[in-house]
Amino acid sequence: MRQGMNLQGRIARNKTVDRLFVLFGLLATFVGLLTLAALIADLAIDGTTRLTWEFFTSFPSRFASRAGILSAWVGTILVMIVTAFTAVPLGVAAGIYLEEYAPKNWLTAIIEINIANLAGVPSIVYGLMALGLFVYQLRLGHSILTAGLTLALLILPIVIVATREAIRAVPGTIREAALALGATKWQTVKDHVVPYSTGGILTGVIIALSRAIGETAPLITIGALTFIAFLPGAPIKAEFPFISLEWLMSPFTVMPIQMFNWISRPQEEFHLNAAATGLVLMFMTLMMNAVAIYLRYRFRKRIKW
Amino acid sequence: MATVEQVHPEILRSRIKTATGSRSLQRARERVIEILLLLAALSSVAITVGIVGVLVFESLQFFKHVSIVEFLTDTQWTVLFADPHYGIMPLVSGTLVTSVVALLVSLPLGTVIAIYLSEYAGSRTREILKPILELLSAVPTVVFGYFALLFLTPLLQRLLPSLPGFNMLSAGIVIGIMIIPYVSSLSEDAIRAVPVHIREGSYAMGATRLQTALRVLFPAAFSGIASAYVLGFSRAVGETMIVAVAAGTQPNLTLNPMEGAATITAYIVQVSLGDLPHGSIAYQSIFAAGLTLMLMTLIFNIGGYLLRKRFREIY
Repeated sequence: MRQGMNLQGRIARNKTVDRLFVLFGLLATFVGLLTLAALIADLAIDGTTRLTWEFFTSFPSRFASRAGILSAWVGTILVMIVTAFTAVPLGVAAGIYLEEYAPKNWLTAIIEINIANLAGVPSIVYGLMALGLFVYQLRLGHSILTAGLTLALLILPIVIVATREAIRAVPGTIREAALALGATKWQTVKDHVVPYSTGGILTGVIIALSRAIGETAPLITIGALTFIAFLPGAPIKAEFPFISLEWLMSPFTVMPIQMFNWISRPQEEFHLNAAATGLVLMFMTLMMNAVAIYLRYRFRKRIKW
Repeated sequence: MATVEQVHPEILRSRIKTATGSRSLQRARERVIEILLLLAALSSVAITVGIVGVLVFESLQFFKHVSIVEFLTDTQWTVLFADPHYGIMPLVSGTLVTSVVALLVSLPLGTVIAIYLSEYAGSRTREILKPILELLSAVPTVVFGYFALLFLTPLLQRLLPSLPGFNMLSAGIVIGIMIIPYVSSLSEDAIRAVPVHIREGSYAMGATRLQTALRVLFPAAFSGIASAYVLGFSRAVGETMIVAVAAGTQPNLTLNPMEGAATITAYIVQVSLGDLPHGSIAYQSIFAAGLTLMLMTLIFNIGGYLLRKRFREIY
């Protein structure tokens, strides 16, 4: 009889512990969510007052109240253009090769292991590589081009993995149908497999770019400046040949570096500028992630094989 | 009645010729495309070669001036001073202390979240919580640095009045929170990948969900969970902006997280901000520091691999 009581007590205790764990799990999750909320609230409280039109149209300045992020956001956009134009074609092509063409051999194995390992390489190491290789060996200088290429290499593994996953979701019957009609392999890939996986690839590209936009360390390493009071040369010109690539070789700063610079100053007023820049950065990152989540949801819903 | 088109044999011959000609042209085009795609895939290998090549090459220049013994045993790192010392230990200790603090935060929280999301939460709750949680790893790290320096440190200073403005504790905690999604998402995937019959077997023996999770699923999924832990460590060791902002830039050989200290990454940032002449010893020192960082992650990755091999459950 006593034995039975004991057992019942034990079961009851186990069940209580089991239920308590739900609380525990929710608590752990809320630590994360609370941090995110506190972070945004903290930035908003400090930074909102500085978010005026002038803040976006002014260059940095010795006076906190006159300083703005004009050169920083222009720099961020230009660097992102170079990054996207490098990483997307390269990453998508590599993804296509690995899913559609790659034979099962040692070379493919090496490429796959390598991509998995690159995901664990600290971003600052990419900066060191770019400093040694792009800046000094290839003599590209501390330029927008170097910065864009560096970030492109950094996000390349993300683009490749996203492309592979998207392509893998296209059923084999689609390929077989195209091949049966006499299409070549490349025609099958270009006209069927890639168009059907655009949604997934796009989602991955946006996530990758949202990561690149916040990257600071590798760009500091390649020698981004923290004080830039001019804009790179305009890409369009009045005289022939109308397009100028001069801006590619221009020195630059980007928003995270501008923010870092302002945090590192002792004066409190500059911290407000940093908070305002942080808000803009957070807004951009969260928007890009929201778009990615929406796209993923929409494409998943729309496509039924 | 169908009529067969009458074609002059000469024309037919030329048609066949162009058809086969374009076919071989097409075949050549297919081949060229395949090679281009292969080159794109190989570019990822080129990145690794580039990284290792640059780090090793520049470090070799550095070690022409500094002996490896000094590098590993000197307790001071004062490259930019008039009396330079080249002992990497203070930077390694700073890196390890912030990473350990980060892991003390992220491993327990991440694992609990993973078990909660995979075994307890309904699919709706999971669908909502997971993307929001993953936003934590999308926040720019410099923003986290701001948060650590100007929000968390003042908060901690109320509890610990002796805490200096730059300290590794605050930086480590924030890194830990940042890498929670890396740990929780991968661990959750690993736990969910355990076959259902193993779970059902445990329930059939009368185990609760928690007992099943801790004593059956955790060991069964340990291989995947260990990968998540290793990735979390790699992230913590390589994290730069949070420590550069909040932990200070003074090399400091200590294991006390309540002090400020530079990490390997913070040192690289500090040197890069100054305009160093190419080829100077300070310039080369950041590559030696970077190589040390890579070797640390490599050692930990190999350790994780051996651990996984030792505890791999085959089912």
